[in-house]
Amino acid sequence: MDSFAQLVILTLAAGTPLVFAALGELVVEKSGVLNLGVEGMMLTGAVASFIVTARTHSPWLGVGAGAVAGAALSLVFAVIALTLLANQVATGLALSLFGVGLSAFVGRGYVSVVIDGIKPLSIPGLSDAAIVGRLLFGHNPMVYLSLALFVAVQWFMQRTRAGLVLRAVGESPESAHAIGHRVVALRYAAVLFGGACAGVGGAYLAVAYTPSWSEGMTAGRGWIALALVVFATWKPRRVLAGAYLFGGLTLAQFQAQAAGVAIPSQLLAMLPYVATIVVLAVISRDATTIRLNAPASLGKPFHPD
Amino acid sequence: MRITLEARPEPSRAAMLLTPLLAAIATLVVGFVIFEAFGKDPVAALHAFFVQPVATRYGVGELLLKAGPLMLIATGLAIGYRANVWNIGAEGQLTLGAIAGGGLALAAGDAVPATLLLPAMIVAGALSGMAWAAIAAWLRTRFGANEILTSLMLVYVANFLLSWLVHGPWRDPEGYNFPQSKLFADAALLPSLLSGTRLNAGFLVALAAVATAWVFVRRSVWGFEMRVAGLAPAAAAYAGISSKRNVWLGMLAGGACAGIAGVNEAAGPIGQLLPSMSPGYGFAAIIVAFVGRLHPLGIAFASLLMSLLYLGGESAQVNLALPSAVTGLFQGTLLFFLLAADVLVNYRLRVQRGLPAAP
Repeated sequence: MDSFAQLVILTLAAGTPLVFAALGELVVEKSGVLNLGVEGMMLTGAVASFIVTARTHSPWLGVGAGAVAGAALSLVFAVIALTLLANQVATGLALSLFGVGLSAFVGRGYVSVVIDGIKPLSIPGLSDAAIVGRLLFGHNPMVYLSLALFVAVQWFMQRTRAGLVLRAVGESPESAHAIGHRVVALRYAAVLFGGACAGVGGAYLAVAYTPSWSEGMTAGRGWIALALVVFATWKPRRVLAGAYLFGGLTLAQFQAQAAGVAIPSQLLAMLPYVATIVVLAVISRDATTIRLNAPASLGKPFHPD
Repeated sequence: MRITLEARPEPSRAAMLLTPLLAAIATLVVGFVIFEAFGKDPVAALHAFFVQPVATRYGVGELLLKAGPLMLIATGLAIGYRANVWNIGAEGQLTLGAIAGGGLALAAGDAVPATLLLPAMIVAGALSGMAWAAIAAWLRTRFGANEILTSLMLVYVANFLLSWLVHGPWRDPEGYNFPQSKLFADAALLPSLLSGTRLNAGFLVALAAVATAWVFVRRSVWGFEMRVAGLAPAAAAYAGISSKRNVWLGMLAGGACAGIAGVNEAAGPIGQLLPSMSPGYGFAAIIVAFVGRLHPLGIAFASLLMSLLYLGGESAQVNLALPSAVTGLFQGTLLFFLLAADVLVNYRLRVQRGLPAAP
């Protein structure tokens, strides 16, 4: 039973960067904007959080820096795609390529630096108690933060007026504009929020999960997060489920190696990527569900005139 | 006073030609600022970045050597991009091409003459690049799965496949346990094109592929239909143009070109299989395709510019002690400026004095 608790803890830990990034992107896409730059924003968030943590010895300040860095990068996307009306696909790709280069450039002196990261909770009498105690109180604090984010996004989308307006902007920016909502401003806000979330997702990797910095350390998680949003048919609850599913898959690789399975590690490492492809194909097969759930104006530029 | 955007009745051709230039100049300015910020003399740094690398015969050879794969891949990608088919997994298709071509070279050893082996390697590379791209094309046409995400995931899968091969079955037994294959036999190496440089016959293969692609886009019915589908999807559907065929053609063209580029790298400057066969050519080619306006001539110029950025990055590392990642930074900046400046193609800037008229 103890190993079961351990497995749950590890799965949640592996899925958490995806929870942050995919929930952020979900809000962005709900507003009708497709930002393919998640990978770049995650990496930038990761490197920013790592550097700030290394300098200040405060990992939480690092997480804040990660959020700011992710949002700052997404602002570049917003200006080019929302104000200057560039193709969102191309701009998002540019953002990812830029983020990869920027993070490698900025983080070059920090590759072998050791920091004191955010450690899993350890509350005497609770975190080390029986299985229930471990399952409830044995996670990294940032895992709880990601769950709080999930609750907040779910509540915002379904229960608040602003969430309703955001969805309206994603479905029909023309109508929302006609009844006086500020479409572009709202989309800016959504993009910045998504950038901050991606930044925190990267920060989690750099200062809590590993904790370390290396070039391209997100290893495609930003792209998997994008796939997760489609997989989840734009529903936060399914984002959570999907993220943990993929977390479990990344884990399977290490578990199998530890168990001495005679499959080369490189082939096992393919698993999460292959799974993403398969899941994406299975979900996309049902074109009606996708069409009904995808924000109607996703990826289309909007110019009020 | 405020500035507003006013839609042009039709895209401005002048702006279309001028914006890449504008973007290149803006990127230079940013470079100036970056170097200044790092305490380097900007003029000397820009000289070291953009002039020094191509000041010698060897340097010019290097410029063309790196421009080759970029031009080749970008040409293939542009065929798809014109029809809104977004293959961004060229890096993986390149890797598969290198695996197939390299595998053939390793299997043949020096038993097969170059006149037979090299063409066979190029064909094998093109076919396996196409096969890798075909996975994404099939998933898109059969299941509607987004080709951006699937082609990108396949990059990671391809990298792990190559990594496994050079760590495992294809590792050179006399390679001191390094993850690398045996060196190819002479028959599997592309002949040199310009003495005193590393430029090889792969450049000619790239030029031939670009010419073929140009004829396909400009002179064939399918190429025409793909352009229509990109410019006016609704009209294309109404005219009975098959969107599935466009996806297949777009993906396969990109895959073939990237696969050939992979063989050219393996049989050219590298001469064996390593865990990584490209410094991100597959991704940089996306930028080349856009900066070149998806036009063959534009792509040729853009690939030279991008190649210069690669060389500049290497030179900056040696001469200025700046990390070579500065290349990626410049590449991204260039694309940002281009996309931002593109607003001028479809919109006119209008300066309004005083209060804007009531809506």
